[in-house]
Amino acid sequence: MITAQHIFYLVGALFGAWAILSALDRTNPKRFGNAAFWGLIALSLIAGQWIGDLANGCLVLALAALASLKLLGRGAPLTSEAEQEASGQRYGNKLFLPIVVVLLTAVLGTLLYLYTPLRETGLLEKNRETFILLCLGVLLALALIFTWLRPPALAPLQEGRRLIDAVGWAAILPLMLASLGLVLADTGVGTTIGGLLQAAIPPRTVLPAVVVYGVGMALFTILTGNAFAAFPVMATAIGVPLLIQSYGGNAAVIGAVGMLAGFCGTLMTPMAANFNLVPAALLELKDDYGVIKVQIATAIPLLLVNILIIYVAGFKL
Amino acid sequence: MSQYLPLLGIVVIVLGFALRFNPMLVVPAAALTTGLLAGFDPLEVIGKLGKAFNDARIIIIPYVVLPVIGLLERYGLQQRARAVITKFRAATVGRLLILYLLYRQIISAIGLHSTAGHPQTVRPLVAPMAVAAAERQVELDDAGRDRIKAYAAATDNVGLFFGEDIFFAIGSIVLIQQTLEHYGISLSPLHLALWAIPTAIAAFLIHSSRLLLLDRKLGGR
Repeated sequence: MITAQHIFYLVGALFGAWAILSALDRTNPKRFGNAAFWGLIALSLIAGQWIGDLANGCLVLALAALASLKLLGRGAPLTSEAEQEASGQRYGNKLFLPIVVVLLTAVLGTLLYLYTPLRETGLLEKNRETFILLCLGVLLALALIFTWLRPPALAPLQEGRRLIDAVGWAAILPLMLASLGLVLADTGVGTTIGGLLQAAIPPRTVLPAVVVYGVGMALFTILTGNAFAAFPVMATAIGVPLLIQSYGGNAAVIGAVGMLAGFCGTLMTPMAANFNLVPAALLELKDDYGVIKVQIATAIPLLLVNILIIYVAGFKL
Repeated sequence: MSQYLPLLGIVVIVLGFALRFNPMLVVPAAALTTGLLAGFDPLEVIGKLGKAFNDARIIIIPYVVLPVIGLLERYGLQQRARAVITKFRAATVGRLLILYLLYRQIISAIGLHSTAGHPQTVRPLVAPMAVAAAERQVELDDAGRDRIKAYAAATDNVGLFFGEDIFFAIGSIVLIQQTLEHYGISLSPLHLALWAIPTAIAAFLIHSSRLLLLDRKLGGR
Protein backbone atom coordinates (compact mmCIF):
# COMPACT_ATOMS: atom_id res chain seq x y z
CA MET A 1 0.00 0.00 0.00
CA ILE A 2 1.20 3.51 -0.79
CA THR A 3 0.80 5.64 2.34
CA ALA A 4 1.28 9.24 3.46
CA GLN A 5 4.72 8.17 4.70
CA HIS A 6 5.86 7.46 1.13
CA ILE A 7 4.93 10.95 -0.04
CA PHE A 8 6.60 12.43 3.05
CA TYR A 9 9.81 10.70 1.87
CA LEU A 10 9.35 12.07 -1.65
CA VAL A 11 8.63 15.65 -0.60
CA GLY A 12 11.27 15.39 2.15
CA ALA A 13 13.82 14.45 -0.52
CA LEU A 14 12.68 17.49 -2.55
CA PHE A 15 13.23 19.84 0.43
CA GLY A 16 16.56 18.09 1.08
CA ALA A 17 17.63 18.80 -2.50
CA TRP A 18 16.55 22.44 -2.07
CA ALA A 19 18.69 22.62 1.10
CA ILE A 20 21.78 21.30 -0.73
CA LEU A 21 21.27 23.55 -3.77
CA SER A 22 20.72 26.54 -1.45
CA ALA A 23 24.02 25.86 0.31
CA LEU A 24 25.76 25.84 -3.10
CA ASP A 25 24.08 29.04 -4.36
CA ARG A 26 26.66 31.83 -4.11
CA THR A 27 24.22 34.42 -5.49
CA ASN A 28 22.26 34.19 -2.21
CA PRO A 29 24.05 36.10 0.58
CA LYS A 30 22.10 34.10 3.17
CA ARG A 31 22.52 30.71 1.49
CA PHE A 32 23.30 28.78 4.68
CA GLY A 33 20.17 30.15 6.36
CA ASN A 34 18.05 28.84 3.50
CA ALA A 35 19.96 25.56 3.53
CA ALA A 36 19.30 25.10 7.26
CA PHE A 37 15.61 26.05 6.96
CA TRP A 38 14.76 23.74 4.04
CA GLY A 39 17.02 21.06 5.54
CA LEU A 40 15.09 21.08 8.82
CA ILE A 41 11.79 20.74 6.93
CA ALA A 42 13.31 17.80 5.02
CA LEU A 43 14.33 16.25 8.34
CA SER A 44 10.80 16.74 9.71
CA LEU A 45 9.21 15.11 6.66
CA ILE A 46 11.60 12.17 6.48
CA ALA A 47 12.23 11.42 10.16
CA GLY A 48 9.52 13.31 12.08
CA GLN A 49 7.77 10.15 13.20
CA TRP A 50 10.90 8.64 14.80
CA ILE A 51 12.75 11.50 16.49
CA GLY A 52 10.12 12.05 19.20
CA ASP A 53 8.02 15.01 20.29
CA LEU A 54 10.78 16.92 22.04
CA ALA A 55 13.18 16.78 19.06
CA ASN A 56 10.31 17.83 16.79
CA GLY A 57 9.59 20.73 19.14
CA CYS A 58 13.24 21.82 19.04
CA LEU A 59 13.03 21.61 15.24
CA VAL A 60 10.01 23.94 15.31
CA LEU A 61 11.86 26.41 17.55
CA ALA A 62 14.92 26.27 15.27
CA LEU A 63 12.72 27.05 12.22
CA ALA A 64 11.15 29.94 14.15
CA ALA A 65 14.60 31.25 15.12
CA LEU A 66 15.93 31.08 11.54
CA ALA A 67 12.89 32.98 10.25
CA SER A 68 12.65 35.60 12.99
CA LEU A 69 16.39 36.35 12.90
CA LYS A 70 15.91 37.06 9.16
CA LEU A 71 18.41 34.40 8.11
CA LEU A 72 16.55 33.52 4.88
CA GLY A 73 17.39 35.12 1.55
CA ARG A 74 16.81 34.58 -2.17
CA GLY A 75 19.14 33.65 -4.99
CA ALA A 76 19.25 35.33 -8.42
CA PRO A 77 16.57 34.34 -10.95
CA LEU A 78 17.71 31.70 -13.42
CA THR A 79 16.15 32.94 -16.68
CA SER A 80 15.39 36.51 -17.71
CA GLU A 81 11.86 37.80 -18.40
CA ALA A 82 12.86 38.39 -22.04
CA GLU A 83 13.98 34.77 -22.50
CA GLN A 84 10.73 33.57 -20.89
CA GLU A 85 8.69 35.86 -23.14
CA ALA A 86 10.39 34.52 -26.28
CA SER A 87 10.03 30.94 -25.09
CA GLY A 88 6.37 31.47 -24.16
CA GLN A 89 5.61 32.66 -27.67
CA ARG A 90 7.46 29.71 -29.12
CA TYR A 91 5.63 27.03 -27.14
CA GLY A 92 2.27 28.84 -26.87
CA ASN A 93 -0.67 27.51 -24.89
CA LYS A 94 0.79 23.97 -24.97
CA LEU A 95 2.75 25.15 -21.94
CA PHE A 96 -0.43 24.65 -19.91
CA LEU A 97 -0.47 20.94 -20.80
CA PRO A 98 1.84 19.62 -18.04
CA ILE A 99 -0.25 21.49 -15.44
CA VAL A 100 -3.35 19.89 -16.89
CA VAL A 101 -1.61 16.50 -16.51
CA VAL A 102 -0.98 17.18 -12.79
CA LEU A 103 -4.57 18.27 -12.22
CA LEU A 104 -6.20 15.50 -14.22
CA THR A 105 -4.09 12.90 -12.44
CA ALA A 106 -5.12 14.30 -9.06
CA VAL A 107 -8.79 15.02 -9.84
CA LEU A 108 -9.75 12.20 -12.21
CA GLY A 109 -7.40 9.80 -10.42
CA THR A 110 -9.14 10.46 -7.10
CA LEU A 111 -12.60 10.13 -8.62
CA LEU A 112 -11.62 6.96 -10.49
CA TYR A 113 -10.06 5.41 -7.41
CA LEU A 114 -12.85 6.28 -4.98
CA TYR A 115 -15.84 5.46 -7.18
CA THR A 116 -14.74 2.26 -8.95
CA PRO A 117 -13.73 -1.21 -7.69
CA LEU A 118 -10.13 0.07 -7.74
CA ARG A 119 -10.83 1.16 -4.18
CA GLU A 120 -11.11 -2.47 -3.09
CA THR A 121 -7.47 -3.06 -4.04
CA GLY A 122 -6.52 -0.90 -1.02
CA LEU A 123 -3.55 0.38 -3.01
CA LEU A 124 -3.70 3.91 -1.56
CA GLU A 125 -4.00 4.97 2.09
CA LYS A 126 -7.53 6.01 2.96
CA ASN A 127 -8.19 9.79 2.80
CA ARG A 128 -4.68 10.35 1.46
CA GLU A 129 -5.55 9.34 -2.12
CA THR A 130 -5.51 12.88 -3.52
CA PHE A 131 -2.09 13.71 -2.10
CA ILE A 132 -0.59 10.50 -3.40
CA LEU A 133 -2.12 11.09 -6.84
CA LEU A 134 -0.96 14.73 -6.80
CA CYS A 135 2.60 13.49 -6.34
CA LEU A 136 2.09 10.95 -9.11
CA GLY A 137 0.76 13.73 -11.38
CA VAL A 138 3.87 15.80 -10.67
CA LEU A 139 6.12 12.88 -11.62
CA LEU A 140 4.13 12.30 -14.84
CA ALA A 141 4.25 16.01 -15.73
CA LEU A 142 8.01 16.10 -15.14
CA ALA A 143 8.43 13.05 -17.39
CA LEU A 144 6.39 14.84 -20.07
CA ILE A 145 8.41 18.05 -19.76
CA PHE A 146 11.71 16.17 -19.94
CA THR A 147 10.68 14.29 -23.08
CA TRP A 148 9.29 17.42 -24.75
CA LEU A 149 11.50 20.34 -23.70
CA ARG A 150 14.68 18.53 -22.55
CA PRO A 151 15.61 20.96 -19.74
CA PRO A 152 18.92 20.53 -17.84
CA ALA A 153 18.66 17.72 -15.25
CA LEU A 154 18.67 20.03 -12.22
CA ALA A 155 16.24 22.55 -13.73
CA PRO A 156 13.05 21.35 -11.95
CA LEU A 157 14.81 21.45 -8.58
CA GLN A 158 16.39 24.85 -9.24
CA GLU A 159 13.20 26.42 -10.62
CA GLY A 160 11.20 24.91 -7.75
CA ARG A 161 13.75 26.37 -5.34
CA ARG A 162 13.29 29.81 -6.90
CA LEU A 163 9.57 29.58 -6.04
CA ILE A 164 9.98 28.14 -2.54
CA ASP A 165 12.58 30.86 -1.78
CA ALA A 166 10.04 33.47 -2.91
CA VAL A 167 7.48 32.00 -0.52
CA GLY A 168 10.13 31.83 2.21
CA TRP A 169 9.19 31.12 5.84
CA ALA A 170 5.54 31.83 5.00
CA ALA A 171 5.60 28.32 3.48
CA ILE A 172 5.29 26.77 6.93
CA LEU A 173 3.40 29.56 8.72
CA PRO A 174 0.06 27.72 8.17
CA LEU A 175 1.67 24.68 9.83
CA MET A 176 2.87 26.80 12.75
CA LEU A 177 -0.61 28.25 13.15
CA ALA A 178 -2.19 24.80 12.99
CA SER A 179 0.22 23.76 15.75
CA LEU A 180 -0.68 26.81 17.80
CA GLY A 181 -4.36 25.98 17.37
CA LEU A 182 -3.82 22.44 18.62
CA VAL A 183 -1.70 23.69 21.55
CA LEU A 184 -4.42 26.20 22.44
CA ALA A 185 -6.92 23.35 22.35
CA ASP A 186 -4.68 21.02 24.40
CA THR A 187 -4.10 23.59 27.12
CA GLY A 188 -7.81 24.19 27.50
CA VAL A 189 -7.91 27.64 25.88
CA GLY A 190 -10.37 26.31 23.34
CA THR A 191 -12.52 24.94 26.19
CA THR A 192 -12.24 28.23 28.10
CA ILE A 193 -13.23 30.33 25.10
CA GLY A 194 -15.78 27.70 24.23
CA GLY A 195 -17.17 27.93 27.77
CA LEU A 196 -17.39 31.71 27.53
CA LEU A 197 -19.07 31.47 24.13
CA GLN A 198 -21.35 28.57 25.11
CA ALA A 199 -22.50 30.58 28.12
CA ALA A 200 -23.68 33.19 25.64
CA ILE A 201 -25.76 30.64 23.71
CA PRO A 202 -29.30 29.86 24.91
CA PRO A 203 -29.66 26.07 25.35
CA ARG A 204 -31.32 23.90 22.70
CA THR A 205 -31.51 26.62 20.09
CA VAL A 206 -29.68 26.03 16.82
CA LEU A 207 -29.61 29.48 15.22
CA PRO A 208 -27.80 31.37 18.02
CA ALA A 209 -25.21 28.57 18.21
CA VAL A 210 -24.66 28.85 14.44
CA VAL A 211 -24.28 32.63 14.71
CA VAL A 212 -21.77 32.37 17.57
CA TYR A 213 -19.84 29.69 15.64
CA GLY A 214 -19.64 31.80 12.45
CA VAL A 215 -18.94 35.12 14.14
CA GLY A 216 -16.53 33.37 16.53
CA MET A 217 -14.58 31.93 13.58
CA ALA A 218 -14.28 35.42 12.07
CA LEU A 219 -13.35 37.13 15.37
CA PHE A 220 -10.82 34.49 16.38
CA THR A 221 -9.32 34.73 12.89
CA ILE A 222 -9.06 38.50 13.26
CA LEU A 223 -7.19 37.94 16.54
CA THR A 224 -4.80 35.28 15.27
CA GLY A 225 -4.52 36.35 11.63
CA ASN A 226 -5.30 32.92 10.27
CA ALA A 227 -8.44 30.83 10.09
CA PHE A 228 -6.19 27.77 10.47
CA ALA A 229 -5.59 28.70 14.12
CA ALA A 230 -9.24 29.57 14.69
CA PHE A 231 -10.74 26.42 13.24
CA PRO A 232 -9.53 23.80 15.77
CA VAL A 233 -10.57 26.12 18.63
CA MET A 234 -14.06 26.86 17.31
CA ALA A 235 -14.59 23.26 16.20
CA THR A 236 -13.66 22.05 19.70
CA ALA A 237 -15.76 24.68 21.43
CA ILE A 238 -18.95 24.77 19.37
CA GLY A 239 -18.72 23.07 15.98
CA VAL A 240 -18.29 19.47 17.14
CA PRO A 241 -19.97 19.29 20.59
CA LEU A 242 -22.96 21.54 19.88
CA LEU A 243 -23.62 21.79 16.15
CA ILE A 244 -22.60 18.28 15.06
CA GLN A 245 -23.04 16.05 18.12
CA SER A 246 -25.96 17.69 19.98
CA TYR A 247 -27.97 19.20 17.12
CA GLY A 248 -27.03 16.65 14.44
CA GLY A 249 -25.88 19.19 11.84
CA ASN A 250 -24.16 18.19 8.57
CA ALA A 251 -20.46 17.86 9.51
CA ALA A 252 -19.15 18.67 6.01
CA VAL A 253 -21.12 21.95 5.87
CA ILE A 254 -20.15 22.95 9.40
CA GLY A 255 -16.47 22.21 8.73
CA ALA A 256 -16.13 23.70 5.25
CA VAL A 257 -18.33 26.79 5.61
CA GLY A 258 -17.06 27.42 9.15
CA MET A 259 -13.56 27.71 7.73
CA LEU A 260 -14.86 30.11 5.05
CA ALA A 261 -16.50 32.25 7.74
CA GLY A 262 -12.99 32.45 9.20
CA PHE A 263 -11.65 33.60 5.81
CA CYS A 264 -14.04 36.59 6.06
CA GLY A 265 -12.10 37.48 9.22
CA THR A 266 -8.80 37.13 7.33
CA LEU A 267 -9.97 39.90 4.98
CA MET A 268 -10.36 42.28 7.94
CA THR A 269 -7.17 41.81 9.97
CA PRO A 270 -3.68 43.35 9.76
CA MET A 271 -2.49 40.15 11.40
CA ALA A 272 -2.89 38.33 8.10
CA ALA A 273 0.16 40.31 7.08
CA ASN A 274 1.01 38.38 3.94
CA PHE A 275 -2.43 39.02 2.42
CA ASN A 276 -3.23 42.50 3.72
CA LEU A 277 -0.07 44.41 4.63
CA VAL A 278 2.48 42.97 2.19
CA PRO A 279 0.45 43.98 -0.92
CA ALA A 280 -0.07 47.48 0.49
CA ALA A 281 3.71 47.79 0.66
CA LEU A 282 4.20 46.08 -2.69
CA LEU A 283 1.79 48.50 -4.41
CA GLU A 284 3.31 51.43 -2.52
CA LEU A 285 0.02 52.56 -0.97
CA LYS A 286 0.28 55.47 1.47
CA ASP A 287 -2.12 53.77 3.88
CA ASP A 288 -0.88 50.41 5.26
CA TYR A 289 -4.51 49.46 5.90
CA GLY A 290 -5.73 50.54 2.45
CA VAL A 291 -6.37 46.95 1.30
CA ILE A 292 -8.21 46.00 4.50
CA LYS A 293 -10.45 49.08 4.25
CA VAL A 294 -11.56 48.05 0.77
CA GLN A 295 -12.15 44.45 1.88
CA ILE A 296 -14.41 45.07 4.90
CA ALA A 297 -17.52 45.82 2.84
CA THR A 298 -17.13 42.45 1.06
CA ALA A 299 -16.20 40.51 4.20
CA ILE A 300 -19.17 41.45 6.43
CA PRO A 301 -22.03 40.61 4.01
CA LEU A 302 -20.19 37.43 3.02
CA LEU A 303 -19.90 36.43 6.69
CA LEU A 304 -23.67 36.80 7.03
CA VAL A 305 -24.19 34.65 3.92
CA ASN A 306 -21.87 31.98 5.37
CA ILE A 307 -23.83 31.89 8.62
CA LEU A 308 -27.02 31.52 6.60
CA ILE A 309 -25.49 28.67 4.54
CA ILE A 310 -24.43 26.82 7.71
CA TYR A 311 -27.93 27.23 9.14
CA VAL A 312 -29.87 26.25 6.02
CA ALA A 313 -27.58 23.60 4.46
CA GLY A 314 -26.35 22.27 7.79
CA PHE A 315 -29.70 21.86 9.51
CA LYS A 316 -32.64 22.40 7.16
CA LEU A 317 -31.67 20.36 4.07
CA MET B 1 -9.74 32.53 37.62
CA SER B 2 -6.60 30.53 36.81
CA GLN B 3 -8.24 28.89 33.81
CA TYR B 4 -8.29 32.33 32.16
CA LEU B 5 -4.49 32.82 32.53
CA PRO B 6 -3.59 30.83 29.36
CA LEU B 7 -5.69 33.34 27.42
CA LEU B 8 -2.65 35.61 27.76
CA GLY B 9 -1.29 33.62 24.81
CA ILE B 10 -3.94 35.40 22.73
CA VAL B 11 -2.69 38.72 24.14
CA VAL B 12 0.84 37.78 23.00
CA ILE B 13 -0.51 37.23 19.50
CA VAL B 14 -2.34 40.55 19.39
CA LEU B 15 0.59 42.53 20.82
CA GLY B 16 3.14 40.69 18.70
CA PHE B 17 1.30 41.53 15.51
CA ALA B 18 0.38 45.04 16.62
CA LEU B 19 4.10 45.69 17.22
CA ARG B 20 4.90 44.11 13.81
CA PHE B 21 7.08 41.25 15.03
CA ASN B 22 7.72 38.36 12.62
CA PRO B 23 4.76 35.93 12.80
CA MET B 24 7.26 33.04 12.96
CA LEU B 25 8.39 34.50 16.31
CA VAL B 26 4.95 35.52 17.59
CA VAL B 27 3.24 32.18 16.96
CA PRO B 28 5.62 29.90 18.91
CA ALA B 29 5.92 32.58 21.63
CA ALA B 30 2.15 32.58 22.01
CA ALA B 31 2.12 28.77 22.14
CA LEU B 32 4.84 28.74 24.83
CA THR B 33 3.08 31.43 26.88
CA THR B 34 -0.20 29.57 26.73
CA GLY B 35 1.40 26.24 27.62
CA LEU B 36 3.47 27.56 30.54
CA LEU B 37 0.53 29.47 32.02
CA ALA B 38 -1.60 26.34 31.73
CA GLY B 39 0.90 24.72 34.12
CA PHE B 40 2.87 22.50 31.74
CA ASP B 41 6.65 22.39 32.15
CA PRO B 42 8.70 23.99 29.33
CA LEU B 43 9.93 20.73 27.81
CA GLU B 44 6.39 19.39 27.78
CA VAL B 45 5.17 22.48 25.89
CA ILE B 46 8.00 22.18 23.34
CA GLY B 47 7.06 18.53 22.95
CA LYS B 48 3.42 19.46 22.35
CA LEU B 49 4.44 22.03 19.75
CA GLY B 50 6.59 19.39 18.07
CA LYS B 51 3.86 16.75 18.12
CA ALA B 52 1.28 19.16 16.67
CA PHE B 53 3.72 20.27 13.95
CA ASN B 54 4.57 16.67 13.12
CA ASP B 55 0.91 15.62 12.98
CA ALA B 56 0.12 18.48 10.58
CA ARG B 57 2.95 17.84 8.08
CA ILE B 58 0.57 16.84 5.30
CA ILE B 59 -0.09 20.60 4.86
CA ILE B 60 3.38 20.90 3.24
CA ILE B 61 2.69 18.28 0.55
CA PRO B 62 1.10 20.59 -2.08
CA TYR B 63 4.50 22.32 -2.50
CA VAL B 64 5.42 19.22 -4.50
CA VAL B 65 4.01 21.01 -7.59
CA LEU B 66 6.60 23.82 -7.43
CA PRO B 67 9.19 22.07 -9.63
CA VAL B 68 6.58 21.67 -12.40
CA ILE B 69 5.32 25.26 -12.15
CA GLY B 70 8.85 26.67 -11.83
CA LEU B 71 10.03 24.69 -14.83
CA LEU B 72 7.09 25.87 -16.94
CA GLU B 73 7.70 29.47 -15.88
CA ARG B 74 11.25 29.06 -17.19
CA TYR B 75 9.65 28.32 -20.56
CA GLY B 76 7.32 31.34 -20.33
CA LEU B 77 4.19 30.09 -18.54
CA GLN B 78 3.54 33.40 -16.76
CA GLN B 79 3.84 35.31 -20.02
CA ARG B 80 1.31 32.95 -21.61
CA ALA B 81 -1.02 33.34 -18.62
CA ARG B 82 -0.73 37.13 -18.93
CA ALA B 83 -1.43 36.96 -22.65
CA VAL B 84 -4.58 34.99 -21.87
CA ILE B 85 -5.73 37.55 -19.25
CA THR B 86 -4.94 40.47 -21.52
CA LYS B 87 -7.38 39.11 -24.09
CA PHE B 88 -10.13 39.77 -21.52
CA ARG B 89 -9.15 43.43 -21.28
CA ALA B 90 -12.44 45.16 -20.44
CA ALA B 91 -13.43 48.76 -20.87
CA THR B 92 -13.92 49.68 -17.20
CA VAL B 93 -12.04 49.02 -13.96
CA GLY B 94 -15.09 47.25 -12.51
CA ARG B 95 -15.46 44.85 -15.43
CA LEU B 96 -11.70 44.25 -15.58
CA LEU B 97 -11.55 43.35 -11.89
CA ILE B 98 -14.68 41.17 -12.16
CA LEU B 99 -12.96 39.17 -14.89
CA TYR B 100 -9.83 38.91 -12.77
CA LEU B 101 -11.96 37.83 -9.80
CA LEU B 102 -13.49 35.06 -11.90
CA TYR B 103 -10.09 34.03 -13.25
CA ARG B 104 -8.57 34.03 -9.75
CA GLN B 105 -11.42 31.95 -8.33
CA ILE B 106 -11.21 29.42 -11.15
CA ILE B 107 -7.44 28.94 -11.11
CA SER B 108 -7.54 28.66 -7.31
CA ALA B 109 -10.38 26.14 -7.51
CA ILE B 110 -8.32 23.91 -9.79
CA GLY B 111 -5.25 24.07 -7.57
CA LEU B 112 -3.31 26.70 -9.53
CA HIS B 113 -3.69 29.29 -6.74
CA SER B 114 0.06 29.92 -6.61
CA THR B 115 0.24 30.87 -10.29
CA ALA B 116 -1.23 34.28 -9.40
CA GLY B 117 -0.90 36.60 -6.41
CA HIS B 118 0.19 40.05 -5.35
CA PRO B 119 3.78 39.83 -6.56
CA GLN B 120 3.10 37.62 -9.59
CA THR B 121 0.00 39.21 -11.13
CA VAL B 122 -1.33 42.19 -9.16
CA ARG B 123 1.71 44.45 -9.07
CA PRO B 124 2.94 43.93 -12.64
CA LEU B 125 -0.42 43.47 -14.35
CA VAL B 126 -3.77 43.87 -12.63
CA ALA B 127 -3.07 47.04 -10.64
CA PRO B 128 -1.61 49.00 -13.59
CA MET B 129 -4.40 47.82 -15.90
CA ALA B 130 -7.03 48.74 -13.30
CA VAL B 131 -5.54 52.20 -12.77
CA ALA B 132 -5.31 52.74 -16.54
CA ALA B 133 -8.95 51.71 -16.99
CA ALA B 134 -10.11 53.94 -14.11
CA GLU B 135 -8.18 56.90 -15.49
CA ARG B 136 -10.11 56.60 -18.73
CA GLN B 137 -13.32 56.90 -16.68
CA VAL B 138 -12.38 59.78 -14.41
CA GLU B 139 -9.41 61.93 -13.45
CA LEU B 140 -7.63 60.45 -10.41
CA ASP B 141 -5.45 62.02 -7.71
CA ASP B 142 -2.88 59.97 -5.75
CA ALA B 143 -5.42 58.89 -3.14
CA GLY B 144 -7.81 57.81 -5.90
CA ARG B 145 -5.10 55.78 -7.61
CA ASP B 146 -4.21 54.16 -4.27
CA ARG B 147 -7.84 53.19 -3.82
CA ILE B 148 -7.99 51.51 -7.24
CA LYS B 149 -4.76 49.63 -6.49
CA ALA B 150 -6.22 48.56 -3.14
CA TYR B 151 -9.28 47.23 -4.99
CA ALA B 152 -6.96 45.23 -7.27
CA ALA B 153 -5.16 43.67 -4.27
CA ALA B 154 -8.47 43.03 -2.47
CA THR B 155 -9.93 41.34 -5.54
CA ASP B 156 -6.96 38.96 -5.61
CA ASN B 157 -7.54 38.06 -1.94
CA VAL B 158 -11.28 37.51 -2.37
CA GLY B 159 -10.71 35.36 -5.47
CA LEU B 160 -8.03 33.30 -3.73
CA PHE B 161 -9.82 32.78 -0.40
CA PHE B 162 -13.16 31.83 -1.92
CA GLY B 163 -11.77 29.76 -4.76
CA GLU B 164 -9.01 27.69 -3.19
CA ASP B 165 -11.20 25.62 -0.88
CA ILE B 166 -12.96 24.12 -3.90
CA PHE B 167 -9.62 22.43 -4.62
CA PHE B 168 -9.69 19.48 -2.26
CA ALA B 169 -5.93 19.02 -1.92
CA ILE B 170 -5.52 22.44 -0.26
CA GLY B 171 -4.16 22.85 3.29
CA SER B 172 -7.33 24.21 4.85
CA ILE B 173 -9.45 21.29 3.63
CA VAL B 174 -6.88 18.92 5.13
CA LEU B 175 -6.93 20.85 8.40
CA ILE B 176 -10.72 20.58 8.59
CA GLN B 177 -10.52 16.87 7.85
CA GLN B 178 -7.77 16.31 10.44
CA THR B 179 -9.57 18.28 13.14
CA LEU B 180 -12.89 16.49 12.66
CA GLU B 181 -11.17 13.11 12.41
CA HIS B 182 -9.76 13.80 15.89
CA TYR B 183 -13.40 13.54 17.07
CA GLY B 184 -14.09 10.39 15.08
CA ILE B 185 -15.90 12.22 12.27
CA SER B 186 -14.54 10.87 8.98
CA LEU B 187 -15.07 12.97 5.83
CA SER B 188 -13.52 12.84 2.38
CA PRO B 189 -11.71 16.01 1.18
CA LEU B 190 -13.91 16.01 -1.93
CA HIS B 191 -17.07 16.17 0.18
CA LEU B 192 -15.71 19.15 2.14
CA ALA B 193 -14.55 20.93 -1.02
CA LEU B 194 -18.04 20.59 -2.51
CA TRP B 195 -19.43 22.74 0.32
CA ALA B 196 -17.01 25.55 -0.56
CA ILE B 197 -18.97 26.15 -3.79
CA PRO B 198 -22.03 28.07 -2.43
CA THR B 199 -19.76 30.54 -0.59
CA ALA B 200 -17.59 30.91 -3.71
CA ILE B 201 -20.67 31.95 -5.70
CA ALA B 202 -21.81 34.35 -2.95
CA ALA B 203 -18.33 35.90 -2.76
CA PHE B 204 -18.35 36.43 -6.53
CA LEU B 205 -21.80 38.08 -6.45
CA ILE B 206 -21.06 40.35 -3.46
CA HIS B 207 -17.62 41.50 -4.61
CA SER B 208 -18.76 41.94 -8.23
CA SER B 209 -21.65 44.14 -7.11
CA ARG B 210 -19.18 46.31 -5.24
CA LEU B 211 -16.98 46.55 -8.34
CA LEU B 212 -19.98 47.59 -10.45
CA LEU B 213 -20.83 50.19 -7.81
CA LEU B 214 -17.24 51.43 -8.07
CA ASP B 215 -17.76 51.81 -11.82
CA ARG B 216 -20.94 53.76 -11.22
CA LYS B 217 -19.18 56.01 -8.70
CA LEU B 218 -16.35 56.69 -11.13
CA GLY B 219 -18.86 57.49 -13.85
CA GLY B 220 -17.60 57.94 -17.39
CA ARG B 221 -18.77 55.40 -19.90
